[in-house]
Amino acid sequence: MARRLLSALVTVVLALILADIAWHFFSWAVLHAIWHLPENAAHAPDTDLCRAAIGHGACWAVIREKFRFILFGFYPYDAQWRPALAVLCFVALFALSLAPKFWRPSLILLWIVILAVVGVLMWGGVFGLAFVAADQWGGLPITLILATFGLAAAFPLAILVALARHAEGLPVIRMLAIAYVELIRGVPLISLLFMSSVMLPLFLPTGWDIDKLLRAQLAFVLFAGAYLAEVVRAGLGALPRGQYEAAAALGLSYWQKTRLIVLPQALRHVIPMLVNTFIGFFKDTSLVLIIGIFDLMTTGRTATLEPAWQGFGNEVYLLLAAIYFAFCFIMARISRTLERRLAAPHQDIEEPA
Amino acid sequence: MIRPPFRSPSLRWQALGWQALALAAVALIIVTFARNASHHLAARHIATGFGFLREAAPIPIGESLLPYTPSVSSYGRAFLIGILNTLKVAIPGCLLATLLGTLIGIARISPIPLLARLAAVYVEGLRDLPLLLQLLFWYGVFQALPAPRQSFRPLAGVFLSNRGMRLPALAWQSGFGWILLAALAGLGITIVLARRTALSPHRGRRLAAFLPLPLFPALVFAVTRPAIIIEWPALHGFNFQGGMTISPEYAALTTGLVLYTASYVAEIVRGGLISVARGQWEAGAALGLPRAAVLRLIVLPQALRLIIPPMTSQYLNLVKNSSLAVAIGYQDVVSIADTTLNQTGQAIEGIGLIMAVYLTISLGISLAMNLYNARLAQRAR
Repeated sequence: MARRLLSALVTVVLALILADIAWHFFSWAVLHAIWHLPENAAHAPDTDLCRAAIGHGACWAVIREKFRFILFGFYPYDAQWRPALAVLCFVALFALSLAPKFWRPSLILLWIVILAVVGVLMWGGVFGLAFVAADQWGGLPITLILATFGLAAAFPLAILVALARHAEGLPVIRMLAIAYVELIRGVPLISLLFMSSVMLPLFLPTGWDIDKLLRAQLAFVLFAGAYLAEVVRAGLGALPRGQYEAAAALGLSYWQKTRLIVLPQALRHVIPMLVNTFIGFFKDTSLVLIIGIFDLMTTGRTATLEPAWQGFGNEVYLLLAAIYFAFCFIMARISRTLERRLAAPHQDIEEPA
Repeated sequence: MIRPPFRSPSLRWQALGWQALALAAVALIIVTFARNASHHLAARHIATGFGFLREAAPIPIGESLLPYTPSVSSYGRAFLIGILNTLKVAIPGCLLATLLGTLIGIARISPIPLLARLAAVYVEGLRDLPLLLQLLFWYGVFQALPAPRQSFRPLAGVFLSNRGMRLPALAWQSGFGWILLAALAGLGITIVLARRTALSPHRGRRLAAFLPLPLFPALVFAVTRPAIIIEWPALHGFNFQGGMTISPEYAALTTGLVLYTASYVAEIVRGGLISVARGQWEAGAALGLPRAAVLRLIVLPQALRLIIPPMTSQYLNLVKNSSLAVAIGYQDVVSIADTTLNQTGQAIEGIGLIMAVYLTISLGISLAMNLYNARLAQRAR
């Protein structure tokens, strides 16, 4: 009885607090929000109205004014349909890759085709599209490029490293793999990004000038490779020993055994973990803000720093949060569905009688 | 483990060959990089080696646990301050994240539906947003506080303004060291006694075990009687004087890290708790143990075995994530190293130092947690 009373009391108090917060947010975001701004003498929006509302009303006019910049950065304004289309390509690619129906070798081909299409859209220079240099790219496409190309390159690397770490007859190769994984996992991503932006140019021969974005991409590949290698290793470890022995008994070579027996089962086992790692990796691309690459986080931050629009950070951060959340939440949901489906007994694998 | 793929003598030579090749490739890359780097550094007249650590550092440092004067103190000292600033965020951060995360994890399995639902929303929401975005948000919040003259005063002597939080501070007396020592001794004895009396049916005896903890320091205090002087902050002109400050940067970084990490800790704690079967609670109760003893002696040891390994990686993540300080202007080791390498041009040494610091912390935490874990596993047998 006392327990029920306590439970009811807690519920009522929580509900009251929630209602209060919800009311304040509604009042700020809708009731007292400012959606339109009049123009001043210089034909720029007059932000005084918003400034007067700071504290009790949201200034959504900042989003109206800045959302093209936040989404696409300094990409030529008239050609921004191209990065928009590239973003759609990425979304389609993710959607297809996460559907078990499409898990077959031809998926790799699809990745290559779509990533090539993205490259053509972003760079242009062919099919009558004007050329746009990589230093003009920005916003959401950069975030997606860093995450997707990073994953595409890191995944094969991770498989090789995980196999190397699992190879018992080759102690030197094993040690190299362990050193790589532990070194990368022991240091923060920022130090790798600094390395790519200030140290890598020192290491390369004179005349080799690698684009800043590509260097950051390399850092991401090294970083993701180490974390994904650990995930793949978990999959390799979870495989029953009998599978290795049966493959050996069939007289398969090492690579045949790995390609046909070991990897398909090991990877299937860790798909949810792979998706979770990818979500973390997607969020981590925002760190390129620190080395000055114009991803979604950086364009958002830049928009809040413009003198005329200073003080409206929360509105911009809410937009960024909504975009990041949409991607991560959907992927997390899919990961959970996959987890449940993979945990169920496999109908597609024939059990020996 | 994969069986050695190379077994016959000729294949063993092949294995050796592959390994030699891999080693040679790595060595070649390192040598090429080193040669290129020395060539570039010579061409740009950049010094090499760690000699710069003894040179005077013209870095202005906002908050520091050690005495520091820009352009007089050395880069080495600046680095040390950076490391201490990192630890100043990491250690309270880990403790607070554990505390908050445990509470939220318990809330998630609470029988009160609204509470469980809210905890779930917290966990889902914070995990799906980049930490950097959360840090920028919190920094914005702390910066948007009013100026010192209009500061909030939630309690007497506490000022909340855009310069941070100003609190009354206890002036340090030499006698405090002994009191601290006595408190530690009391803690040790309490732990030993609490273990002995945990199974005692007498409530009084169980409670008595906790007496040394407050009694020891109180006794030393009564004997030594050090002066207690509290420094109260006060507004002078446009700023405060006296007391201690929590800077907006520190507050934003710690708040962001704790709230973010707590969402991961909550899931780990929840997983650990629900993994312990209901029958364990019931069996403990059937033995006549009090509920707290069942939790401490039966449920927690079993849950902890599952909780500790993932918790270790969360602590490591928190330490590594504290390097995002550089984005909001808190001067941790990464931020100071970044300034240093921009001033001296010695990028390799600067980044090398960052990596060395984090590797040491990472290996230290994993070592400590592995030892603790090994002990738990042993006891569980």
